[in-house]
Amino acid sequence: MADPRQVIPFSPRASGAKPAEITLDKLSLKRRGLGLLNGLSLSLPAEGVTAIVGPNGAGKSLALRVIAGLTDADSGRIALPHAMRGRIGLVFQRPILLRRSARANLIHALKLARIPRSERVARTIELLALCGLTEKSDRPARHLSGGEQQRLAIVRALAANPLLLMLDEPTAHLDPQSTHAIETLILRIAAQGAKVILVTHDIGQVDRLADDVAFLHQGKAHELTAKSQFLSRPNSPAARAYLDGKLLL
Amino acid sequence: MPTLADSFMTALGLISSADPDLLEIVGLSLRVSLTAVLIATLVGLPLGAGLAVFRFRGRGALVVLVNALMGLPPVVVGLMVYLVFSASGPLGVFGLLYTPTAMIIAQSILVAPIITALTRSTISDLLGEYDDTLRVLGANRWDVVGTLLWDARFSLATALLAGLGRALAEVGAVMLVGGNIDHVTRVMTTAIALETSRGALPMALGLGMILLALTLILNAVVIALRSRLEAYAHG
Repeated sequence: MADPRQVIPFSPRASGAKPAEITLDKLSLKRRGLGLLNGLSLSLPAEGVTAIVGPNGAGKSLALRVIAGLTDADSGRIALPHAMRGRIGLVFQRPILLRRSARANLIHALKLARIPRSERVARTIELLALCGLTEKSDRPARHLSGGEQQRLAIVRALAANPLLLMLDEPTAHLDPQSTHAIETLILRIAAQGAKVILVTHDIGQVDRLADDVAFLHQGKAHELTAKSQFLSRPNSPAARAYLDGKLLL
Repeated sequence: MPTLADSFMTALGLISSADPDLLEIVGLSLRVSLTAVLIATLVGLPLGAGLAVFRFRGRGALVVLVNALMGLPPVVVGLMVYLVFSASGPLGVFGLLYTPTAMIIAQSILVAPIITALTRSTISDLLGEYDDTLRVLGANRWDVVGTLLWDARFSLATALLAGLGRALAEVGAVMLVGGNIDHVTRVMTTAIALETSRGALPMALGLGMILLALTLILNAVVIALRSRLEAYAHG
C-alpha cells in the first residue's frame, strides 16, 4: 500500500480506511457538581461534514475535547473506526500558533507528526498552497490576519493526515471573505475523504457545509438528522426553539 | 589621599591606556562568569523546563527547593566548594582550590538555581498557552519541552542575563575558593575589594566602572536583540 503521507496534499482515505461510525456512548462529565455532559450519545457517520449546533454551554466544544482525548469523561465511551485512532485533528476557535513563521509552524507540526525530514519541505509547500498562504510563508504566524491564522491552523492540523478533523467555531468573529476562504478549505478537506465535525452557531454555515446536524443542549444530544430536515423540520422541541431564535435556558 | 575626582580621572586613564593588569582581571572575570553561566544554562534550561512540563512525585518540593536556592548566600557556596576541594576534602586530590576552575564551579552552583527557577516559571506560563495545541498535534512531553524552550527563547535570554549579572557581581564565593591570587584568580569584584581595602581607589574605581559598563552593555545588547526578534516572532 502506498504511504498515505506521500499523497498530495493529504489523503486520509489513502490509508484504506473503511467508512464506519463514530460513536459517543453515554458520555458524562461533571465539574464542581455541575453536569457538563449528561449522558451524551451520538453515532456520527465516518464521512462527510457533521455540524454540531446548540446554545452556549451545551457541551459542544467539550465533546470535541473528549473525542480528541484532551479531556477525560467521567463515564461513557467513545468508539472510533480503527483507522481513525491517532489520526484526529482539532482546531480551536482561537488557534494558538507558535512564535515562528507560517512555514516553521507547518514544519514543526510535520515533525511532531513524525513525518520524515526528507518529506517535510515538500509537504509544507503543499499545505501552504492549500491554505493560500504561499506568499506569506515567511511571515511570523502571529502577524497574519485572523482569517489567515485560522487557515494556517486548519492546514497545520492536516499535518498528520487526520481521518477526523474537528473544528471548533473556526469562523467565529471573522469577516465574510475570511469565512468564505475557510469554508472552501473545509469543503476541500471533506472532499478528500476526511470526516469533518464542525461546531458552529452559524446556521447559514450549517446550510453551506454540513451533511448532517447534531443538536446539543444541556450536555445531551437532542437529535442527529440530515441537514435539510434539521433546517426545515427539526425533530426535537429544543432544536425548533433554537432555530426559531428563542432563548434556551 | 586623592580626592574622588582624582581617583576618577586616574581610573579613566587606566581604562583608556588599556592597563595590562586591568585587562587581565577583566578577561579572567569574563572567562569565569561566562563559563559558569554556560554550565548553569546547560543544567538549568532542561531542568527548569522539565520541572514545568513533567508531573512526578516530589515535583512541588523540588520547585520550592530550586526557588529557595536562588537566594543561596555566596559565602556559604564558597565554603562548601572550599571544603570539597580543600586538601582534606573529598575532591581535594584534583587540586582545584585557588584555581579559576573552582571559581567557575562555585559560580555555576550559584547561577544554576536562578536559571532553573526562571526557566520553570517562563515555561510554565507558555505551557498553559500551548499545551492543548501541542497535544492535538501529537507532541509527547519531550517534544513539548523542546518546543517551549525554543518558543520561549527570548524570555529565557532574560533568565540568562539574570544569571550572568549574579555571576559577574559575585565576590564572596570566588574570594573563598579562588583566593584572589594576583595573575591567577583575581577577578574584578575581588580586586575591587582588595584595592579599596588598601586605598588604591583609582584601580578599584576603574574596575568598578568597567564592571558597571559591562553589565549595562550586556543588558542593552540582549534587550535590544530580544525586542527586535520578539517583535518579529510574536506578532
